[in-house]
Amino acid sequence: MNKSVKQKTASHELPATQLDPSVRAARDEKIQVAMIGLCGCWGCTLSFLDMDETLLRLLEKVNITRSSLTDVKRIPHRCAIGFVEGGIANDENIETLEHFRENCDILISVGACAVWGGVPAMRNVVPLEECFREAYLDVPTAEPGTEPLIPYHPDIPRITTKVYPCHEVVKMDYFIPGCPPDGAAIFKVLDDLVNGREVGLPKSINRYD
Amino acid sequence: MSVRITIDGKEYKAGDGATLVDVAADNGVYIPTLCYKRGKPCLGTCRTCSVRVNGNVMAACTVPVADGMEVEVNEPEVANMRKMLVELLFSEGNHNCPSCEKSGRCELQAVGYELEMMVSRFPYRFPVRPREHAAKHIWLERDRCIFCQRCVQFIRDRETGQKIFSIDHRGSHASIEIDVKLADRMPPEQVREAARLCPVGCILEKGVGYDQPIGKRKFEIKSIRERALERERQ
Amino acid sequence: MQANIETILEYYNLDKTRLMDILWEVQQQQGFVSSEAVEALSKGLNMSSHDIRETLTFYHFFLDGPSGKHKIYLADTVIARMCGYAEVRAALEQACGCAFGAVDESGAFGLYDTNCIGLSDQEPAMMVDEVVFTRLTPEKVKDIITRLRQGASAEEVANPDRKDRRDAAYVDTLTSDNIRVRGPVFFKAGRDYPALLAQVLELLPDEVIEEVSLSGIRGRGGAGFPTGLKWRLGRDAEGEEKYVICNADEGEPGTFKDRVLLTRSPGDVLLGVIIAAWAIGSRQGIIYLRAEYWYLKEYLEQQIQAFHDAGLLGKQILGRDFDFDIRIQMGAGAYVCGDETALIESCEGKRGTPRIKPPYPIQQGYLGMPTCVNNVETFAAISRILEQGGAWFSAMGTDESTGTRLLSVSGDCEHPGIYETEWGITLDEVLKMAGAKEPMAVQVSGPSGECVSAEQDGSRLFCYSDLSCNGSLMIFDQSRNLLDIVENFLRFFVDESCGICVPCRVGGVNLYHKIRLINAGRGSSKDLDDIRSWGSLMRETSRCGLGTTAAKPLLTTLEKFSELYQQKMARPEGVLLASFDLEGALQGHEQARRTLVQEEKQ
Repeated sequence: MNKSVKQKTASHELPATQLDPSVRAARDEKIQVAMIGLCGCWGCTLSFLDMDETLLRLLEKVNITRSSLTDVKRIPHRCAIGFVEGGIANDENIETLEHFRENCDILISVGACAVWGGVPAMRNVVPLEECFREAYLDVPTAEPGTEPLIPYHPDIPRITTKVYPCHEVVKMDYFIPGCPPDGAAIFKVLDDLVNGREVGLPKSINRYD
Repeated sequence: MSVRITIDGKEYKAGDGATLVDVAADNGVYIPTLCYKRGKPCLGTCRTCSVRVNGNVMAACTVPVADGMEVEVNEPEVANMRKMLVELLFSEGNHNCPSCEKSGRCELQAVGYELEMMVSRFPYRFPVRPREHAAKHIWLERDRCIFCQRCVQFIRDRETGQKIFSIDHRGSHASIEIDVKLADRMPPEQVREAARLCPVGCILEKGVGYDQPIGKRKFEIKSIRERALERERQ
Repeated sequence: MQANIETILEYYNLDKTRLMDILWEVQQQQGFVSSEAVEALSKGLNMSSHDIRETLTFYHFFLDGPSGKHKIYLADTVIARMCGYAEVRAALEQACGCAFGAVDESGAFGLYDTNCIGLSDQEPAMMVDEVVFTRLTPEKVKDIITRLRQGASAEEVANPDRKDRRDAAYVDTLTSDNIRVRGPVFFKAGRDYPALLAQVLELLPDEVIEEVSLSGIRGRGGAGFPTGLKWRLGRDAEGEEKYVICNADEGEPGTFKDRVLLTRSPGDVLLGVIIAAWAIGSRQGIIYLRAEYWYLKEYLEQQIQAFHDAGLLGKQILGRDFDFDIRIQMGAGAYVCGDETALIESCEGKRGTPRIKPPYPIQQGYLGMPTCVNNVETFAAISRILEQGGAWFSAMGTDESTGTRLLSVSGDCEHPGIYETEWGITLDEVLKMAGAKEPMAVQVSGPSGECVSAEQDGSRLFCYSDLSCNGSLMIFDQSRNLLDIVENFLRFFVDESCGICVPCRVGGVNLYHKIRLINAGRGSSKDLDDIRSWGSLMRETSRCGLGTTAAKPLLTTLEKFSELYQQKMARPEGVLLASFDLEGALQGHEQARRTLVQEEKQ
């Protein structure tokens, strides 16, 4: 009994040690940014790291809260900017995106998947049934002799009928296309936002592939 | 005979009856186009070259210039319309640039960059349009077709003058078709011409693809704007 | 079969510009245009088979596969839906044993939807093969299908007294004219056409044009271009040949006045066409008749023949050096062909795609030659103008909208039908004449026109500078769901878009989805902003009138009946967009799984 309760404790709910007050204060003054990868490949997050040394310049002004880089699972406090990679392909994606919309002032769709669905959206021209058949029934790695199984359980996310761009689910404020976008493009948009400039993506760094 | 027109308040001289989009390019004013091909008859299908002429919005490829004409190209409202038209095309088909053979050489993509499009404001449709593989040297990725009609009008069977490409049905049910018998007798350079003429990655030559590295592709070497303005001056 | 096609091709001299007629003949002989037939036509006409298919697949009534022995097209219009369309549709499906869009198992019946067939004053109505049935009820439908099953032809059922197809009595058996209010210009009985034409031919062409200009008449198709000016340009245009085309492609939903003019006063129309030919110097005329009016074809041909017999058509008309003939060009189901350049393309055997202007048809039209295209009503009015004088005509109406015009009134009123009204009449007066009860809204000029409020706009005038009506007037009373009507109109434009230009082809579908979203209760104020912005894009950048007006049902109702939209707005809680269909997005998984599990079990 006790054991099963423990298993249900999420990592972000574990008690944390207090941060050094001066570090805490310095962080609190910065612009809070949360990051998430929905249905995508994390390539955009890697592209974010591709900013190289400009990343340091950016980090002088922003503090990254929830992200796969910091391994924080939920948004700890209100953020100014939400960086969303990936499109919407299941109900967990929907919930997470709602969580971001509720807790961020500005949301940015980063990369082809967030902007229009991207590679995962290639399944939008194939009925979901066919996708399941290919993935779970006619799949060459299926173990012979076992009963074919289509996953369906309250604990696993339900797949959406098609893959949606983020802005068809909640309001998104800015868009950075690309598969993945260039680090310079990500920097340009974040830098504009952080410095209160109008956001623009010059054609020299705007790309769709 | 020469006439005077103004574009965005600046005065230019032009040959009477010359096409507005050419006149603009000759004077360094870029107006994006997708269906129009200089030197070929105007198709007037994509409307991407819409500008304001004496107060009315018109496709610049369809307008012969006349004396005293007042043209607005970069007025924000009409510039936004051009952007919307390009966005409409991106939402109508499946323009998956990351997986497309034509990426970097695609005119739709290149014009998207010129207009600083980051997303389409229109709902992405994800149409289901089957590929057409039947011809020997050429195939159609139908869900990329923007119905510009270039192939329909400009690529003809060299012997009979018959249409090789055509459009079936109408409106949102329209579909690009290829006459396989005629396509199979297209000489290799005509196959290449057709693929090149296609502004998107719909008409493709079999056996080739992704043959230029990223960074060295057509519009990466020189943008569509530079090409439009430069070619015209020569 | 092959031999038949050769005969048809020979009859048309292997002329590819007659492809419309050729396809009709093939279809009439074989029931549909098979791929073998396309192949044979391709060889005969030196066109690729897909080039043939471009035309074949463009038109609603051309069929490229088996489509039932009897082809039944039920008009799906907002007016029909107010008159028991749903019950009739269900009765048809039951009687024929198949759903709409399909052919029944025996191959006897094909059921198809179609847009307005010009019978809004007697809906519900349907076309069966080459005839029409009006004022349908479920019982009537059952009876018709039973008779067809027993082997009667559609014509035998519709025309039990075997009236001659060449007579007006035949047309009257199928349809009613419902002329409610007559005026000074139209439907004058007993006109002496030879004497009238003789009188006109006494005038020089320039004098004829002057008279027309003096009358101040403007095109009755809707655009309102001054006819005198058009003829002047036609006279001055240079061309080896010149053509006159009568636009009888009356496609605007809700209008039927051209049908009634062609039924009651075909001579007026023919005379008007001949006068135009004399004025501009043409030797060949065409009446472009919409396929929905097949049952008028033989009747009109007989009228043309009668004009020939009287020496009013053919060589040396009335003994003068004036040759002129008229042929009928059948359309095949395409609203866009109401646009004069699309109509000309269609006359040339091609897809009904509007041309780029300039050049205008009056400079380069049919076969590249100067072509004067006018509406049926314009020609009929001109036959009277030349009889009574331009001044007589211009004394009626208002300064800039002279004369009278015909209104086709339908919808919620006691007397649907044809009204001849002087320009300058108010909306209230028309509504009163028609016996409108508790009117809420009036759709003026069909979907491409304006939706006005009976309450706010009653004193507005019918004239080119205010309500420039093209003849269609649909009345909706307080009980009607106006936003459903808007949705139907938007679907109409999506169906009828030719697809040549981006804003109309793509934008129209987007607007249709918007109104569906709003009607489903999932709209937001952003959707209303989008509608205005996207509608404006279509209006400004589309290639022809279809695209430029397609957003009007939305834009004009948003202006006059914004409260209806407000009532439909979603009130979402939380951050999910109202337009996002969460339930729909999530039900696919379970459905797909269930289907596959079911399949595995079998």
